[in-house]
Amino acid sequence: MMRRLVGLLLLLVLTPASLAMAPIQRWQTANGAWVYFVPAPEVPMLDVRVVFAAGSARDGDNPGLATLTAAMLDEGTESLKADDFHAAMEATGANFGAGSGLEMASLSLRTLSEAASRDAAYALLEAVLRQPRFSAEPFARQRSLLLSGLQSEQESPGAIADHAYMRALYGQHPFGSPGAGTLASVQAISLPMVKAFYGRYFVATNARLIFVGDASRAEIERLAEQLSQAVPAGAPAPPLPVVHPQPASAQHIAFDSAQTHVLLGELGTARGDPDHFALILGNHVLGGNGVVSVLFKEVREKRGLSYSVNSHFEPLGLRGPFTASLQTRGEQQAEAVALLRREIALFVDNGPDPKALEEARQNLLGDFPLRLDGNGKILDNLTMMAFYGLPLDYLDTWRDNIKAVTLAEVRAALKRHLHPEAMTLVTVGREPPKAGTPAHP
Amino acid sequence: MTKPSLFLAVCATSISFAATAATHEFKLENGLKVIVQEDHRAPVAVFQVWYRVGASYEQDGATGLSHALEHMMFKRTKTLATGEFSRLIAAHGGRENAFTTLDYTTYFQQWSADNLEYSFKLEADRMRNLELDAKEFENERKVILEERRMRTDDNPQALAGEATAAAIWQTSPYRQPVIGWAADITNLQLPDLRAWYERWYAPANATVVIVGDVDPATMRQLAERYFGPLPKLEVKPPAPRPEVPQRGEKRLQFRDEKVRVPSLSIAFKAPAMTQVGRAGPDGTKVEEWEIYALEVLAAVLDGGSSARFSRHLLRGKQLAASASASYSALSRLEDLFSLDGTPREGVSLAQLEAAMREEILEIQRQPPTAEELARVKTQVRAQTIYQQDSLFYQAMTIGALDAVGLPWQLKDRYDAAIAAVTPAQVQAAAKKYLVSERSTVAWLSSAGAAP
Repeated sequence: MMRRLVGLLLLLVLTPASLAMAPIQRWQTANGAWVYFVPAPEVPMLDVRVVFAAGSARDGDNPGLATLTAAMLDEGTESLKADDFHAAMEATGANFGAGSGLEMASLSLRTLSEAASRDAAYALLEAVLRQPRFSAEPFARQRSLLLSGLQSEQESPGAIADHAYMRALYGQHPFGSPGAGTLASVQAISLPMVKAFYGRYFVATNARLIFVGDASRAEIERLAEQLSQAVPAGAPAPPLPVVHPQPASAQHIAFDSAQTHVLLGELGTARGDPDHFALILGNHVLGGNGVVSVLFKEVREKRGLSYSVNSHFEPLGLRGPFTASLQTRGEQQAEAVALLRREIALFVDNGPDPKALEEARQNLLGDFPLRLDGNGKILDNLTMMAFYGLPLDYLDTWRDNIKAVTLAEVRAALKRHLHPEAMTLVTVGREPPKAGTPAHP
Repeated sequence: MTKPSLFLAVCATSISFAATAATHEFKLENGLKVIVQEDHRAPVAVFQVWYRVGASYEQDGATGLSHALEHMMFKRTKTLATGEFSRLIAAHGGRENAFTTLDYTTYFQQWSADNLEYSFKLEADRMRNLELDAKEFENERKVILEERRMRTDDNPQALAGEATAAAIWQTSPYRQPVIGWAADITNLQLPDLRAWYERWYAPANATVVIVGDVDPATMRQLAERYFGPLPKLEVKPPAPRPEVPQRGEKRLQFRDEKVRVPSLSIAFKAPAMTQVGRAGPDGTKVEEWEIYALEVLAAVLDGGSSARFSRHLLRGKQLAASASASYSALSRLEDLFSLDGTPREGVSLAQLEAAMREEILEIQRQPPTAEELARVKTQVRAQTIYQQDSLFYQAMTIGALDAVGLPWQLKDRYDAAIAAVTPAQVQAAAKKYLVSERSTVAWLSSAGAAP
């Protein structure tokens, strides 16, 4: 009975649930910062995120500089040492943090929306932006913490593989550089470099201010104005250098681990690519839809070769990577890599099975409300939209865009963007590479 | 398909609850408990089934059984072919997964609230109708061994942590790793899995938790319709395996050539909420206020960047690259109050250990300040509100309390209980439980390095 029911259910076209999220409001502050706001009065709290185009892609000749600069924003202000700053912040009940990634640096504040707590926490956020504590003692400590973190990464075959893979895909382009730097490059970073980096990139015209929570438009306008005045107008970060594809390569890095970490892929697409939705859908069938995707079935379910296996496109401001990954016992590395290559090649050649494509589409459509079912998730979506300058109706039209993609478009997009015969392979683990796989010393 | 991990990770305060709108509870004739909490912010819901079985229910030589069974629960049933379960959920935009811990095994779906009927149907089906296939299990055994290599064998910290737990606990089953020892995974037999399933997967040993855009009356109807027909089966609780009293401090030194950054842990045996009223050390009883006092203590030490570890160890004395304190109050059995740290470059493990011990001694000599307690209490109140943002977290809170035998209503009393903790109580709890005879100290450093 159940089996018949299942067949029936799969034929139904889902009626997507309506969105609970209020419309996005967007405006610009007097000195040029874009503001994004979604009111959400249900829970008495407010999320604030300030984002700058100040990620490690801006490191220049000093890998680790963006990471270290963002870390320094945890050190208080010129007039409030870290101890006092955090004591004052935490006395309001707020959560505060600063950090950076490949493209962005951000400061985040989650506060109660009640005015006294909120304004006290907010004033501290503003003070950090206005005058972060760039002095010798905290700088030496943060640099030492970063070095310790880099040492820890050397214990992890996964982290080693990730760095090697990005280097192989991007060569000397900033995206190829390890985000947190190297032991040598971090040692060479000085406090004046941090100050200069902060002065250049942490400016209003290079910022996006994102608010989600229990506040009125008028309040957010005031708060946004206040925050953007804490930094000079400055100038937006210049465009990053164009990405030049590197020749496909295969590289094995020896590491004494029980498992070999395998990364296989190539350059994918940038944000705003016309094939964006076709690739989301196509990859969802291949390796993006958890336990029902092709790679999971072939690699794990049928052969038990890996606990985790998946593939994904990561669209960035420039072309981001397409990556398929798995981890497997060293002795079966060759088998697993061959299988991964074969499945991707078959998938690109034949295109997705039409029925699987429709099921993947239904999954994406049905899953959509879960991407917006809380302030934290709405904040993440707004951050992505604000940073990449996506149209304000990106979320509203997302499902229509997924619905509109045809099987032929998915096939064509996969063929356009995936080249199984020329993918880059990185393996990290115990087994030496097999014959035919060029090894790098 | 599993995340055997602690789930509550808000600063160091391990339990902190959302005070929310109405929560409804009812029980079916066959013993299945259902708890429903409404949250109408978005048209979605989370559905979780909690089974009161986990690694701490297992015996030596058969560890990893609960976790292996969890993997097999995604295969075939008498009515559904392998893969159909997940395919149906995926095709309706659902997310699903499961996790196994020492104390429970939990399965969940998150999806549009109008799909919940499938959750009832599918979970009721696999609660009693699982079909265990030998060939599928052989394949899954390989997957589990890969999972173990990934999580534990290739991670020096995890490997040391596993060995430390086995040294801390002499007779308590908390010495067993959730994923199981590699040899046990290799030796598990299908009949073992079948017996484990038959024994624990029964309505009276499970609780369904639903949070989201739902109507409790409808949930009750659906529960009656799908779970109601399942047989009423008696489930005997596991035999008690209490930890024997510890006779002095235990010290461990692990060497691993892969380690680049050394680390240490100091773990003190500490009562969980479930032990309130039972015998404590030296003829005393475990008191409820002690549990809350230990929670506050963890937050005084490590509840944010203004807490003592950050102020003293990371910044003031500059001895640590990281330092944390955690307390597991929501466990079925006696558990731990743990300190973990990584020394800064040039600092020895001995120096950092001494400094961390000094932090405990300081509390034992002098109660924390009123200002520190005020900060902790404000943070707890605020986190309670923040947690309302996540349906999944709300469901986890209810389910985790229930699964270890505590009333879920504790979540609504938590803020008040924390607010009532006094500085003297924090000091008293530290004196009573954070003593070296109850502790195990573990150092992990690279092979050949001076500690």
